[in-house]
Amino acid sequence: MLKAHQKTGLVFFPAFDWAIDPTHPEREERLLYTQDQVTEEGIFDIDGIIEYKPDIVTHHDIRRVHFCVPDEQTITTQSHLISAGGAKAIADAVLNKQVKNGFALVRPPGHHSMRVSHGGRGFCHINIEAIMVEYIRSQFGIKRIAIVDTDCHHGDGTNDIFWHDPDVLFISLHQDGRTMYPGTGFPGELGGPNAKGSNLNIPLPPGTSTEGYLYVIRNCVLPVLEEFKPDLIVNSAGQDNHYTDPLTNMNFSAQGYAELTTLLKPDIAVLEGGYSIEGALPYVNLGIILALAGLDYSGVVEPDFNAEQLKQSVSTTDKIKKTTDLVNSYWLQKDELRQKAGTPGDLQVRHREIFYDTDNIFERQKEKVRVCRDCGGCIEIDSNATPGCHMLAVHIPINACKDCIEAGYKFFDQADKTKFDRVFLQDRPNDSYTIK
Amino acid sequence: MIIGIDVGGTHTDAVLLSSNGIEKKIKVSTDSADLFHTILSSFTQLLDNIDPKKIQRVVISTTLTTNAIVQKNMDPVGMIVSAGPGIDPKEFRTGKHYYCVSGSINHRGIEKASVNKMEIEDIAKELKQAGIEYVGVVSKFCVRNPNHEILIKRILNKYVKKVFMGHHVSGNLNFPRRIVTTHLNAAVFSLHKSFFEAVQQSLSEMGLTIPIQILKADGGTMSLASSMVFPGQTVLSGPAASIMGAIPYAPKKKDAIVLDIGGTTTDISFLVDKTPLLEPMGIQRGRYKSLIRSLRTDSKGIGGDSTVRVKDKELMIGPDRQGPAMAFGGPEPTPTDALVVLGLMPEGHQENARKGIHRIALELGLTDLEAADQIFKKCCTVILKKTFEMIDKLNSQPVYTVHEFLEGYKISPRIILLLGGPAPYFAKKIEALYQIKAVAVPEYSVANAIGAALARTTCEVSVNADTEQGIVTAHEENFAEPISKTYSDDDLIETAYTLLKEKAVNSGADPDNLDEVEVVEFQKFNIVRNFSPRGKILRTKMQLKPGLIKGFEKVLH
Repeated sequence: MLKAHQKTGLVFFPAFDWAIDPTHPEREERLLYTQDQVTEEGIFDIDGIIEYKPDIVTHHDIRRVHFCVPDEQTITTQSHLISAGGAKAIADAVLNKQVKNGFALVRPPGHHSMRVSHGGRGFCHINIEAIMVEYIRSQFGIKRIAIVDTDCHHGDGTNDIFWHDPDVLFISLHQDGRTMYPGTGFPGELGGPNAKGSNLNIPLPPGTSTEGYLYVIRNCVLPVLEEFKPDLIVNSAGQDNHYTDPLTNMNFSAQGYAELTTLLKPDIAVLEGGYSIEGALPYVNLGIILALAGLDYSGVVEPDFNAEQLKQSVSTTDKIKKTTDLVNSYWLQKDELRQKAGTPGDLQVRHREIFYDTDNIFERQKEKVRVCRDCGGCIEIDSNATPGCHMLAVHIPINACKDCIEAGYKFFDQADKTKFDRVFLQDRPNDSYTIK
Repeated sequence: MIIGIDVGGTHTDAVLLSSNGIEKKIKVSTDSADLFHTILSSFTQLLDNIDPKKIQRVVISTTLTTNAIVQKNMDPVGMIVSAGPGIDPKEFRTGKHYYCVSGSINHRGIEKASVNKMEIEDIAKELKQAGIEYVGVVSKFCVRNPNHEILIKRILNKYVKKVFMGHHVSGNLNFPRRIVTTHLNAAVFSLHKSFFEAVQQSLSEMGLTIPIQILKADGGTMSLASSMVFPGQTVLSGPAASIMGAIPYAPKKKDAIVLDIGGTTTDISFLVDKTPLLEPMGIQRGRYKSLIRSLRTDSKGIGGDSTVRVKDKELMIGPDRQGPAMAFGGPEPTPTDALVVLGLMPEGHQENARKGIHRIALELGLTDLEAADQIFKKCCTVILKKTFEMIDKLNSQPVYTVHEFLEGYKISPRIILLLGGPAPYFAKKIEALYQIKAVAVPEYSVANAIGAALARTTCEVSVNADTEQGIVTAHEENFAEPISKTYSDDDLIETAYTLLKEKAVNSGADPDNLDEVEVVEFQKFNIVRNFSPRGKILRTKMQLKPGLIKGFEKVLH
């Protein structure tokens, strides 16, 4: 009789009745074969593995993270709310200590959704991990959180949401942006002036195999985590680094994913991408679940696995080592970089253009952040989308200092209502959201 | 006329029914060392002065296989399993003769590694040498493709008496449970066979030659012949009999709790709109998890004859039973004695009951009446607590689609139906304690036997169509047919209905009484390769719902 070495919670929400469109990679059957494999293995019968029903997130939950334009109702479906609710249910189970760790196997995914969301980009409409993280911070008072995004695509949405937040360490491992959507996530992208170094981007060359992947985990991610000392580790567990994935060019395996999970020891894993639904997902998900539960996963090997064929080239290994060294050096300099980033009290401006590939929206953003040594700094975002709305949004971070709270309210009060379709205020210390 | 017999752990209940009502009812103690004798004497009593030719139907529910499992009194059998990628199949070892062999089939039913015939041949010889006569064969994903099981069986046939295959057990996925279930069928086969052949023989000597029906855990019946293929399905038919016996008294369009208070345990179950709830996967009791289709029941180790004792100033009831209540000559005080002391139950020896309860009262520092009342109250609260836990669990069951999530039905029973000897007393007490309507069903002491007598045949089929591979299959029924790309939802339903009907009639159902068909599950998925649709996967499960046969409504009111 199998017994988990540590209690593991699972939310399984395959949303069998929801798709972006019938042949889209993000479609009904995506988790079908995973469900078949997991059911056939009898996973839910293992003593110590507990299946939870997904929750459903409210608009209030979303408003801790996003500015949905024009509103939450318009850009989400029930499926998005339940998917995010799946992550929330796991967070509850873990933080109420019903389980040691948990895995939300949910869809649709979320890590390409940024703080401002005008619609779908990279198959994502709302950021399910970020909503979970902000829920955890509000509900359980946890301060330091690390998010390790192992999806093959740069987790640009999560990166954007925590860009200015020194209390959330965001690390993304992904295929080099020069060869892959969304084209960002280079080592120099380290976060805003108040949070330099709390965003680490580790691009990997196409053809990276299990060896290269685990090298980065051992030589960069784990030491950084050791130093950051998070209260909670979240893994955005995308599964598209797999050697059979149709959208990417990596050589990762189910064994590799399971080992990564064993090394990383995430408190919560949330499924992100992964579109090799027959060849990879059933095995990768099984491997991750067994690893979380502390069970033997050595038998979880893809039927067509061939280690020899998946070996990475020497030049790939070299590139990975160089990138790791570079990122490590940034991490060591982070305090210095923050000092140099600007004078406290100043406003720093950033202009951005964001394309929403899923919904064909083009957005221009002007973001102002108050440089601050005491908190993440308040933010004002002027965002104009075509097609779509023109809006102004003010974000006051959860651990904001008195000055940043005041500055944030000043942004909001001074905003000229006649110039914008909507003006929003996200006051995290008060857990409130105001629209004028 | 029809006969229903429910052999329980403590008592055996039997009824003879005609369309006019109950003709005869009997209750005798079960002799668990000789169930055969218990059954025969029940028949002898029922058929006394009755012409056996008038009996049209006989349904039997027994604890034969349940006892065999509990007492670990099963035949040693061989198990051959082939797994492929995943959890190490050695974790699911069933006993000494357990072999993990090569061969692998994936989740789509596609062969990934072949069977090694030499390996099987060698195992077969070993089994024969060890004197093993029955063997179970299970391969992972055999419900998608049973070819490996069939191939292994062919090799084994020359060496052993009978081979049981995993894909015949259920259309549901769950490899570890399939191993347990296949093993169970193989391990109780000879016991079940010899027992019921003896029963049939004796009944025909009494002039009763009509085919016997056996009650299953899902509250339906199967013919004796089908029971030989799946003897494991008779496990836990007792609680099923009780639920079936409560159906007539359950409210329409509402939820009800059913409590059967027996000698040693109380069985707890639920009815939604007069229909019993089924276990989603199969019977599970503690660590024992199977694919045997079953009604959703659980039991608590508290019954009328449970031993009452005081431990660290705390009142303890059950889970053991040392014999009948002291009021009926037993050795230890029991809840039944409490009922006698409280003056609720007129039967039994007053003085003996009081002696037992007095002992408890002394230890607790209470009067006899106070102690008796506390025992009674504790029984009710423990049973109800378990019941409410079950309801919470039912209502937090995971769902897999947005639609199910939004439609999520929550059960909230407003009535409790009670069966078993002390049912009326418990009903009154529970109503007073919990302000929830509680009633003892008419004929509460033999309602389980009535349930067995009137249960109709049930069965389920699982059908999968894969238009990319061009095949529709129901491996459990040995069915596979080619299909075209245009095979539709309606085609699948039609195929499933035809198979279900055939299966029902073969299991002894009345062909004119097949209207309670229900589609339990229907799923449809596109198969997409390189962004273009290549076909569809269609899956359905269809069942003949558990329920009561027609024509005996008068019996019940």
